[in-house]
Amino acid sequence: MFRYIGQRLLAAIPVLIGILFITFAMARLLPGDPCRAMLGEKATDQICDAFNERYGLNEPIPVQFGIYMRDVLHGDLGESYRYGKPVTDILIERLPMTIELSLAALAFAVLVGLPLGVISAVKRNSAVDVGTMLIANTGVSMPVFWLGLMLAYIFGLLLKDTPFWLPPSGRNSSGMILPSLIETWNLNLTSGPAYSVLMFLSNLHLFNSFVTGNWPVFVDTARHLILPAVALGTIPLALIARMTRSSLLEVLSQDYIRTARAKGLRERVVVLRHGFRNALIPVITIIGLSLGALLGGAVLTETIFSLSGVGRILFDAIQARDYAIVQGITLIIAATYVMINLFVDVTYAFLDPRVRLG
Amino acid sequence: MNNEPANPEQVLTRPPRTPTQDALNSLIRNRSAQVGMVILAIMIVVAIFAPIIAPYEPNAVLIGKENVKKRQPPCIHLLGCPVDQPQHIMGTDGNVRDQFSRVVYGSRVSLFVGFSTVGFAIIIGTTLGAIAGYVGGATDNLIMRLMDVLLAFPALLLAIAIVTVLGEGLINALLAIGIVSIPVYARVSRASVLSIKELEFVTAARAVGVPDARILGKSILPHVLTPLIVAGTLGIATAILDAAALSFLGLGAQPPMAEWGSMLGAERNQVFTAPHLVFFPGLAIMLTVLGFNLLGDGLRDALDPRLRK
Repeated sequence: MFRYIGQRLLAAIPVLIGILFITFAMARLLPGDPCRAMLGEKATDQICDAFNERYGLNEPIPVQFGIYMRDVLHGDLGESYRYGKPVTDILIERLPMTIELSLAALAFAVLVGLPLGVISAVKRNSAVDVGTMLIANTGVSMPVFWLGLMLAYIFGLLLKDTPFWLPPSGRNSSGMILPSLIETWNLNLTSGPAYSVLMFLSNLHLFNSFVTGNWPVFVDTARHLILPAVALGTIPLALIARMTRSSLLEVLSQDYIRTARAKGLRERVVVLRHGFRNALIPVITIIGLSLGALLGGAVLTETIFSLSGVGRILFDAIQARDYAIVQGITLIIAATYVMINLFVDVTYAFLDPRVRLG
Repeated sequence: MNNEPANPEQVLTRPPRTPTQDALNSLIRNRSAQVGMVILAIMIVVAIFAPIIAPYEPNAVLIGKENVKKRQPPCIHLLGCPVDQPQHIMGTDGNVRDQFSRVVYGSRVSLFVGFSTVGFAIIIGTTLGAIAGYVGGATDNLIMRLMDVLLAFPALLLAIAIVTVLGEGLINALLAIGIVSIPVYARVSRASVLSIKELEFVTAARAVGVPDARILGKSILPHVLTPLIVAGTLGIATAILDAAALSFLGLGAQPPMAEWGSMLGAERNQVFTAPHLVFFPGLAIMLTVLGFNLLGDGLRDALDPRLRK
C-alpha cells in the first residue's frame, strides 16, 4: 500500500513541474504590459522601468522562470502588483471562501446524489427512478450561472416574507462581525506560520464561528452558503446519482449478489454491504473529477453571488494582468486537482486490492 | 399471432444485418436517444428557419417603432395580453429588442459552437492520440504527459486563461474550448489504437508492406470512430455549456451578437426586475445541452454491443 502511494506521488512530480511551467508561460503570454495595465495613463517610461525592476520583470525570461521555481519551492508566490501584498496573504484571505463553497457543494452533491442513485437502482423503473433520472439528466445540462440566478430569484425575491427566504448574495449579512481566532483567543501573534494558519482558519467562517461558539454568525454564514452550494453542486449531484445507479445495477446482477440473497441475507444487507461497497469505485472517480469542475464553476458561482473567493479574484487578476496572482492561484488550483486525483487513486487501492497488487 | 415464418428458407435467405444496422436499430429503440433526437431536430429546424420563425430581426431596436419599453415582460395575446399591445412572447431586453427573436437566432450560434469546437478537438486529439498509441515509446510518453498537464487544470479555468491570452471574442473562445477538449479525444483514440494495433489484420497489412500512415488511416482509425462518436456527442454538450459560460463572463461572443450566454450575462443584474431575460436564454441552453447529452447516452448504449440486449 505505501509502495503504491509512493509510486503515485513520484508520478505526480513531472505533472506538477509541467503545471509550474504552464502557469509561468501563461502569465508571460498575457497580452499587454502589466505596468500600463496597472497604472494606466499615469505610467511613464521612467515609472515603468522602476516598476519592472521592482517585480523582476526586466530579467530574461529563463531567469525569471528560475527565480519563480526557487521562490515557489520556498513557499513564496510573489507579490501582487494590484494589491501590493504577497500572493500568499491573498490566498489566506480568499481561499477559505472557495474551500467552504466547494466543500458545501460537494457535501450537497454526495449526500443527495448517492442515496438517489441507490434508490433508483434498487427500485429500477419505478416512479422514483424515472424522476431521479429526469432530474439527473436536466441537472447535468444546466448552466451553473443560470441555475444560480434562477435560485437567487426564486429564494431571494419570490419567497421573500416566507420562512424559505434565503440571502441571494454576499457571504454574511451586514453587521455580522466575526473576529479572527487570534482576536477571540487573545493571542499575541502578528506574523509567522502559526499566524498564517490561524488567519486561514479564521477565514473559514463556518469553522471559526463553530469553534468559537458564535452561533448567530454560524447560522448566517450557513444560510448564505445554501444557494451558491446548491447551484454549484447540482451538476456533480446529477453525475453522482447517474453513476451510482448504473454502477450499482451492474453489481447487483453479479453472481455473488445472488449467492448473498440465496443464503437468506436481508435485502438491506445485500444492497448496502455487498452491493454498494463494490459499486463505489466508479462513483469515487466521478466525485474526484467533479472537484475539478467545482473549482472551475466557482468562478461563475462567486460572480453571481458576489462572493470574493479565489475564483472571482483570479478572473479579475487575469483581466488586470496581475501575473503573480494568476500564477499563484492557478498553481494552487492545479496542484489541488492533481492531489485530489492522487487521493482518488489511493482510495481505489484501499477499496479494491486488485488495484494495488495488480 | 403467428410469429413463425411461413417458409423457413426465407429466414435463411434474408441477408444478415450488418453491425451498423444493428446499432441503428437499437439507437432508434433507445428512449433517451429518441428524446435527444427530437430536441435536436427541433433545434436544427429553428436554427435553419430562424428568419422565418423570428418575428423581428435579432438586433432590431424597436424603440420608436412600436409602443414598447425596455425590459418589458412577455406579452402573449393568447394568454390575455391586451391585443392593442405588440406581442413579444419572451418580452423585450434592455436595448428594446425582441427577446424571442434573439433566442431563436441564438440557436445558430450554439450549434455552430458545439460542432466547430468538437470538430477541431477531435481532429487534433485523434491525430495526437493515434500517433501516441501507434508509435509508442518516448513519443507516446511525451504526448500523453502533455495531455496530463492540460487535464490538470479545470477545463473552464484553462479556457478562461487561453481566451485572455488570445483576446476576447467568439472565435478565440471557440479555439480555447477546442484546445481544452483535446486531451479527452487523444485518450479515447490512443486507447482504441492500442487495443487494435496488435490484431491480426494490422499485422497482415504491415507484413505486405503497407506504409504506417496508411495502416493508421485506413485500417485502424475506422475502428476508433465508435468511441469517438460517443465522446464527441457528449463533448458538444460540454462545449456549448463552456462557451456559454465564457460569453456570460464577457470573454466570448460580444454584443450585439444574439448568443445565449452573453444575452444572459448582459442582463444578469436585472434578474430581480426582469427575470424573463435570464430565464429564456438559459432554458434554451439547457434544452440544447440536454438534447446532446441524451443522444450521447443513447449512442453509447446503442454502439456498445455488450450493453445491447
